[in-house]
Amino acid sequence: MFQLLEPNRIFSITSKAPKYVLLLFILVVSIGLTEALILSPEDYKQSHSVRIMYVHVPAAWISLGIFSTITILSIVGYIFKIKNFFLISKSLAPSGFVFNVIALVTGSIWGKPTWGTWWAWDARITSMLILALFYLMYLIAWRIYEDKEQVFKVTSIITILGIINVPIIKYSVDWWNTLHQPASINILSKSTIHSSMLVPLLIMTAAFALFSLLIFLMKYNTELIKIKNKGLDRL
Amino acid sequence: MISEIFYMDGYGIYVLGSFAFTFLSFMSLYLVIKNQYEREKNKFIVKFGNLNSERAASAKLQRINREILSNTSTI
Repeated sequence: MFQLLEPNRIFSITSKAPKYVLLLFILVVSIGLTEALILSPEDYKQSHSVRIMYVHVPAAWISLGIFSTITILSIVGYIFKIKNFFLISKSLAPSGFVFNVIALVTGSIWGKPTWGTWWAWDARITSMLILALFYLMYLIAWRIYEDKEQVFKVTSIITILGIINVPIIKYSVDWWNTLHQPASINILSKSTIHSSMLVPLLIMTAAFALFSLLIFLMKYNTELIKIKNKGLDRL
Repeated sequence: MISEIFYMDGYGIYVLGSFAFTFLSFMSLYLVIKNQYEREKNKFIVKFGNLNSERAASAKLQRINREILSNTSTI
């Protein structure tokens, strides 16, 4: 099965896919923006500031999802010696980091009108900041280490340590008294968010997921060409 | 109507600021990655052009090399 993921086999797909993903992203984000900024209702308590949720929440979800994916790929890649999994992880990391920064900055902007402060050392915010630091360490490790075996080992350790923080982020609002409200969307139980807000939130999440797919494909293709450049040097 | 969308009962600066920051970040990331892609691809084309005919023929046997050379741009 892993042979199907061989870079030589999938480059013909990954090199052509970005333009279609970009078009789909533009379409979905246009619908999402219309819903989020115009059609969705304001909140009875937070008024229009609730609209920040449509960029803040998807960004946070996707940065957490990408970090979890990177960790799984790194562990499996390290155990079964699948180099392509490391290449996929490396290509996912930039968008994960940017989504993490977006979640922090938009959270900070949302905090000002809602809590009266740009920043608080609250459990959720602090754990998200720690996640950004893990992303940064992961990206820096790829730049620092030349030796492949060493970089695979170091990045795997960083992701294993970083993944401990992911459940802390998720449950921080339940475990500690924080400024953040508890989760409004639950997979296992009934969500407390109204469908008029849930729909735009899901559309924006889909748009953000498409954008991270676009960046992943472009970065992955770049990494493959980098490898091919090294191959030409050896010819 | 338009001014209402922008003003948002005084929250417009926060809401639109958040959306603007998000999409500026998207744009920056997209341009950085696209620039990296173009740089690597141009490097590949130059290196490929410097190969002698025998090595170029051998390199062209690999499908991925043909794909890189045939796709002048991702987007």
